[in-house]
Amino acid sequence: MALELKDVTKRVGADVHIHPASLTLEPGSFNTLLGTTLAGKTTLMQLMAGLEQPTSGEVWFNGRNVTGVAVQKRNVSMVYQQFINYPNMSVYDNIASPLRVARLPDAKIRSRVGRMAELMKISAMLDRRPSELSGGQQQRCAMARALVKDSDLILLDEPLANLDYKLREELRDELPKLFAERDCVVVYATTEPTEALLLGGRTAALHEGRIADFGPTAEIYRRPSGLTAAKVFSEPPINTASVKIDGGRASIDGKVSWSAPKGLADGSYTVGIRPHHVSPVRRARADVVIDGTIKVAELSGSESIIHFNAFGNDWVSLSHGVHPFSTGAPASLYADMSRCFYFGADGRLVDGANAGKAG
Amino acid sequence: MSTKTVNQKAWFLVLPVLVLVAFNAIVPLMTVVNYSVQETFGDNLFFWAGLRWFEEVLRSPRFHDALSRQLIFTFTILAIEIPLGVIIALAMPRKGPWVSVCLVLMAMPLLIPWNVVGAMWNIFGLPELGLMGKALNSLGFDYNYTRQPGDAWFTLILMDVWHWTSLVVLLAYAGLVSIPDAYYQAAKIDGASSWAIFRYIQLPKMKRVLTIAVLLRFMDSFNIYTEPSVLTGGGPGNSTTLLSIDLVKIALGQFDLGPAAAMSLVYFLVILLLSWIFYTVMTRDEES
Repeated sequence: MALELKDVTKRVGADVHIHPASLTLEPGSFNTLLGTTLAGKTTLMQLMAGLEQPTSGEVWFNGRNVTGVAVQKRNVSMVYQQFINYPNMSVYDNIASPLRVARLPDAKIRSRVGRMAELMKISAMLDRRPSELSGGQQQRCAMARALVKDSDLILLDEPLANLDYKLREELRDELPKLFAERDCVVVYATTEPTEALLLGGRTAALHEGRIADFGPTAEIYRRPSGLTAAKVFSEPPINTASVKIDGGRASIDGKVSWSAPKGLADGSYTVGIRPHHVSPVRRARADVVIDGTIKVAELSGSESIIHFNAFGNDWVSLSHGVHPFSTGAPASLYADMSRCFYFGADGRLVDGANAGKAG
Repeated sequence: MSTKTVNQKAWFLVLPVLVLVAFNAIVPLMTVVNYSVQETFGDNLFFWAGLRWFEEVLRSPRFHDALSRQLIFTFTILAIEIPLGVIIALAMPRKGPWVSVCLVLMAMPLLIPWNVVGAMWNIFGLPELGLMGKALNSLGFDYNYTRQPGDAWFTLILMDVWHWTSLVVLLAYAGLVSIPDAYYQAAKIDGASSWAIFRYIQLPKMKRVLTIAVLLRFMDSFNIYTEPSVLTGGGPGNSTTLLSIDLVKIALGQFDLGPAAAMSLVYFLVILLLSWIFYTVMTRDEES
């Protein structure tokens, strides 16, 4: 049961919310929509569900054009960032509600609700009202309600965003397992690149209403098709700089240079280098020294995130260990330029053979 | 044990509140209690009367009649204003330029002074020259609120509904707009009917504000004086003499201060008791 978007667009008044988007989501697949707030994740989900109608383009499901078919007739479930439950129904009745609308016999409802509650670990709370549950349990109840019916399409719109760190990890671990045996299309929206990587599956990187890239998550991370996708899929943000390649040497403003990858023609490029390839300590002789001014150093227990200014740009370095720097101080940081991406003038990736390799 | 300095200065900080409460609640209430157990003929002469006035009030058919009229009035306007207010709130737009237009229109009746409302409807309903009175009569209805008790009641209730439904609308509307869109989407995905959306999402989400609306409308309508007093003055006969109008007649018309004081205390306790019952019934699920 594949879901296909064919050149779908959404305009509201003069604002374009979704630029022509085409996407094929395979049955039984887990798909992540990755993008910042306002990137169009929710709109895209609403178009998939049929809660919103596209301005142009078509939505196909299982080889059938479902554009314009009401959401009630599409067999869709959705989980939201807010914990949406019927406030004055018990947890049991909440989970049972989609099955009751579908007029299933009572015995069948009871067994399915029971199994779902067990899977979501809320069996002990079936008699309570949602308001008597903790946030995590409320979201489990909402998820149980979405998963209890055999939907063809399950949409999860930042379901873990309102949970605390620990609950988020716990549920995130369970999520892919919940869908493993299902034949439905799962779509999961998140703003966090790390979450997308942990969930696996496939990822669509969204930016300002455009699908910048789509493919297996790890592949998109390692070889983003362009600068936009690389920016979407990088946290802390990816460092970029304009470089000139001349006679096999790449240089930034003629100040620092390193040997460019073979096969790149002379000319102007944009390089992207992820923060963890920029280090406050020299790790290899080939590291390129970047002299800059420290803006702020965020030190967590085991990691240092150092924001600094170099070549008129903001740079970020992410490294293990605690590296204290004082604000405003000059500092040298070391970039492993063998790991950077080279983007052409059109923003497409031209070389990044080593960029995504582990390390 | 740690030594803790006891600072008596804190009393000075609560003093203003104590003085305020004393002068605006305790002293007046105790004055009424004082009157209710004594007999006075003026000249500052007081004679102990014990519970005689209370017995008199509780036994008097006049009080019973006024109380029943009051109950009928209050429950009638509640039965109309609450559902009507909810229906109007549901029909109001949630977004767009019309929201403020609707809100201002709704707030209008609430801005008009109470005795002006009474005077407006008094003139509006006059059979010879009032717009409504004249219109009803020329349509063939024998409408005259100064002569026929039924018409007086009709006008009184219509006036209160006109004046106060807005309050229920505004409260219910506030409850409605606080429901996130996601709830409606989730209901749509479930295939819930609009009745189910109302019954299982909107009504439960509006419950708190509706509790407040019912309590406010109950207390206000049970205390109502100005509007009926200007509109009908309790007439024709005694047909629209509600509790407060009767109380003013006894206290200021007949100058029976003792019975009037006893009656106001009973009046007060009735409101307190009924408010408590309303509140308990409407919030009982939340505590279970």
